[in-house]
Amino acid sequence: MTTPLSKPKRKDPTKRTRIPSLPPGKRSREAHGLTAMAAVGRFALQVCNECQKVQYPPRQICSNCLNDKLFWRDVNNGGKLLAETKLQHSNDTYFRDRIPWRLGIVIADAGPSIVAHLGEDCIRDQRVRMSLSIDRAGNAVITARPEKPTQLEEDDVQLREMAFNPKDRRVLIVDGKTELGLRIAENMVAAGARDVFVGSAEPWRSSSYLDKIKDLERTSIYSLDVTDTESVKELASMIGDKVEILVNNSYHLRMGGLVDKFDINTAHDEMEIHYHGLMRLAAFFGPIMKLRSADGPQGASAWLNVLSAYALINNPDLATYSASQAAALSLSQCLRSEMAAGGIRVLNAFTGPIEDEWQQIAPPPKLIPDTVAKRIIKGLQDGKEDIIIGAVAEEICARIAENAKEIERTIKL
Amino acid sequence: MHNENKKPTQLLELVTAITRGNIKVIDLTMTLDRKVPTIVLPPELGQSWPFRMEEISKYNEKGPATYWNNFSCGEHTGTHFDAPIHWISGKDLPNNSTDTIEPEKFIAHACVVDCCREAEKNPDYLLTIDDVCSWEKTYGKIPPRSWLLMRTDWSMKKTPEEYLNLDDEGAHTPGPHEELIPWLIDERDVIGFGCEDVGTDAGQASNFKTPMPCHHLMHGRGRFGLPALTNLDKLPAQGTVIITPPLKIRQGSGSPVRVLALIEE
Amino acid sequence: MDITRNKYDGIAVCAPVTIPYTRYSLKSSHWFCGQSIAALIKRAKIKKEAIDGFCISSFTLSPDSAVGLMQHLGTSPRWLDHIPMGGASGGVALRRAARAVQSGDAEIVACVGADTNHVDTFRNTIATFSQFANDAVYPYGSGGPNSSFAFLTDYYMREFGAKREDFGKLCIAQRENALPVKHAMMKKSLNMDDYINARTIADPIRLYDCVMPCAGAEGFLVMSIERAKFLKLPYTQILSTIERHNAFPDDPIQYRGGWAIDVDEFYEQAGLGPKDMDLVQLYDDYPVICFMQIEDLGFCDKGEASKFIKDKDLTTKGNFPLNTSGGQLSQGQAGAGGGFLGVVETIRQLTGEVLGYQVDNVQNGLVSCFGMINYDRGLCTSAAILSKGDL
Repeated sequence: MTTPLSKPKRKDPTKRTRIPSLPPGKRSREAHGLTAMAAVGRFALQVCNECQKVQYPPRQICSNCLNDKLFWRDVNNGGKLLAETKLQHSNDTYFRDRIPWRLGIVIADAGPSIVAHLGEDCIRDQRVRMSLSIDRAGNAVITARPEKPTQLEEDDVQLREMAFNPKDRRVLIVDGKTELGLRIAENMVAAGARDVFVGSAEPWRSSSYLDKIKDLERTSIYSLDVTDTESVKELASMIGDKVEILVNNSYHLRMGGLVDKFDINTAHDEMEIHYHGLMRLAAFFGPIMKLRSADGPQGASAWLNVLSAYALINNPDLATYSASQAAALSLSQCLRSEMAAGGIRVLNAFTGPIEDEWQQIAPPPKLIPDTVAKRIIKGLQDGKEDIIIGAVAEEICARIAENAKEIERTIKL
Repeated sequence: MHNENKKPTQLLELVTAITRGNIKVIDLTMTLDRKVPTIVLPPELGQSWPFRMEEISKYNEKGPATYWNNFSCGEHTGTHFDAPIHWISGKDLPNNSTDTIEPEKFIAHACVVDCCREAEKNPDYLLTIDDVCSWEKTYGKIPPRSWLLMRTDWSMKKTPEEYLNLDDEGAHTPGPHEELIPWLIDERDVIGFGCEDVGTDAGQASNFKTPMPCHHLMHGRGRFGLPALTNLDKLPAQGTVIITPPLKIRQGSGSPVRVLALIEE
Repeated sequence: MDITRNKYDGIAVCAPVTIPYTRYSLKSSHWFCGQSIAALIKRAKIKKEAIDGFCISSFTLSPDSAVGLMQHLGTSPRWLDHIPMGGASGGVALRRAARAVQSGDAEIVACVGADTNHVDTFRNTIATFSQFANDAVYPYGSGGPNSSFAFLTDYYMREFGAKREDFGKLCIAQRENALPVKHAMMKKSLNMDDYINARTIADPIRLYDCVMPCAGAEGFLVMSIERAKFLKLPYTQILSTIERHNAFPDDPIQYRGGWAIDVDEFYEQAGLGPKDMDLVQLYDDYPVICFMQIEDLGFCDKGEASKFIKDKDLTTKGNFPLNTSGGQLSQGQAGAGGGFLGVVETIRQLTGEVLGYQVDNVQNGLVSCFGMINYDRGLCTSAAILSKGDL
């Protein structure tokens, strides 16, 4: 049985913090097909278009009929655990720091034999369910858990390395003055976060959401203005070494186009908050989080940006907002690359229109902030990299994949 | 043009007096930093940028021998000068922007009306004609082309929240009564109105019959505004000269300004 | 159409050489290859130019292959092979060299398996072993072959009821065989308690189930019997060989190797059976794979190896002399040299040039090789039956 995680104690200031290391990161291009599937939480393997054989490990040629038309398809994630081992020795620093490490070989219902990271409660000869996760180095790996979820699954120290369960972790939510900020805070507390730090800019502006956050347990509010370098620096110096999950929900949406509603100041504000804001957070929270990813099972783990799906395609009704989101998305890719070296994973949640004051005239379907918050936390628990939230965001992704030129010409609010 | 024999004795006397301490220089300016509050407007309107500063270099790889910064802010940030062009009522006046205002208007006499007690009791306190008349009884009539500076000690508020003093009906900060403004212009020919809070109008002035009278009427008549002053408690009621030149921004509606006051000891 | 494979008539395998193993070495694989070839020349008392064929196996020659090595050593062979089959390379080298000589493509072929071992060699080798290994097994704990063999051992033990004591018997006997071999990595005799209670490496594998990576080389010459006689070299003849790659790809986990496909043909070509073998060299990077070879090479039925060895004495004085110089489990694993160890030891026993104990009255020896743990299983198998040549 999985051992329940002991409640994290305060840090012993006389003890050295373990330096982060990464699991082996070398992968073939084909194997990154798994990464693409893992990023969105799919369990998909290559399937031969001709003979339907499921292939694993990834390759370019069907091992049955030599056809080169192999497509990534969702396959049954069930299987039987054939054999297992608990490594007490490893050739790699990352695993040496974490032994014993449990592995198994699973015969998948879909066909292939799969070497997988094994959850503690998996039993030999019994059924398991597999998922594609992303490891600390940012690459897809397959993990296996008992077929029926167990109560303590989220406490599995080994599997926690491949996901970002907020349980017992300390979370910073950048903006507490939106409803989404409030709902994320509430859901983080409900998910067992050890401490929830919530940022608040412009103290002279009152916010009913912030007032509600004040009443949440294990939650504290700090002055944080992402447009202000000194403010970000100040907060990082205060709590930077405690932040284990950073949720950047900075939000500044104003309607308007480009040619038809030229407004550099609004665009500037959007860029200040979404783009330069992300830069400032990265500059001051990034380095210290990178140093703390190996600080025990509760060590720093993830950075999540809440973005709009319009980061992926410009919505002319929200022209500059979309552009600032795209800028943030681009920067998040760099952040992902830089934080990967420290074992911190960068996740992006892409939302459709949210039911809030600034998107009042956006037509339905619109997302309730609480739904978005719950999906964000589920995405962290599942270790996804791209968390696509809501029908509109899903449709945008599907349409971009199908025909980017079509959606470019027809998208509007 | 120059008369080489004529020596500028009055100016030399002024400098000597300053050097000797007979004339004291008081700084009426807030320190500009990132915490300086700017006026709060409904969020859907255009917003003034807060004061922000980013280091260019500090004797480092970006400039081994130099320390300097870029800063950004709205024209109406911190202690600042409001030019007539700032308001729609003053948009068509001649010489109404920071680059065209005649420079002699940047040096003028100032009267200081102490409203501390009233403002402490009532944050929405409005300075009336009667208040000024009773002040004149004590300190004498306001000379023409003077500033009227309203001292409230508001600049001593500890936090931006207290300073802006907002609730769900807007700001609650003292300012001039709407009837005072035309009286000051027509009856006393003031050069402008200065105060210690974030704008020259009272916090609730948008609800007046003439909304924002200090802006609307003063600027409409080519007069100036000088909000967010400090150290007014160090000035006498009459007899101060203040120096208020804004940055010479083409078509500027105002600018942060270093306001210096000269007083005789 | 039934095509009978040609026999290896007229072919001599001789001049076994070993470059003594060391745990770590500052030398390169080129050095170990060069030392092996120098030793072969010295042993055969021939000139370097007399060797006109080379068959090389090495993991650590990179960025060179056998081609670059030829320039390095100043040799101009007319036949050259580089076989990347690791643990299976000895058996494969033997049969390829034999055919080259038999067909006249080469007169004397030097076969060498060599590797160096710097402090980081083993880690680098397994960290960049193959695409499938990089993609689908190394990032899972980076145990290298230990983790793959832990799976196979776990499965085998459960499926066929093998006990750790059964593996222990084999390891202890092999240690006994290794005691007189000077360069063996492990020369302290082993008892069952030590074996059972050794520290766990990858459950159920413990310390004495694992080989010690080291530097070293093994080599031999293949030539015509006439030439061997002319050179007065004691020799062995090849009675049979097999080779198989990626056998049984649909087995969900490995419990048998390619030998099982080819075993009948193997003995048929030799005209002998398992009972005729006077000594057996099995590839032994982990004991479980020896058990599979005992079964797949027909000494007993599948799953019966535990029972089979129970009443056997596996030492050089016993009734089933196995890995007579201690195998890799005692001598160490000198990279691709480990794939040659069994072949070289068989030649040594049959020509009387042993480094350790000599098995009495030997005529036929079986050698089996296994290599390239890729992703979840070993892919290459080879085997040969050698018999003592007439001088």
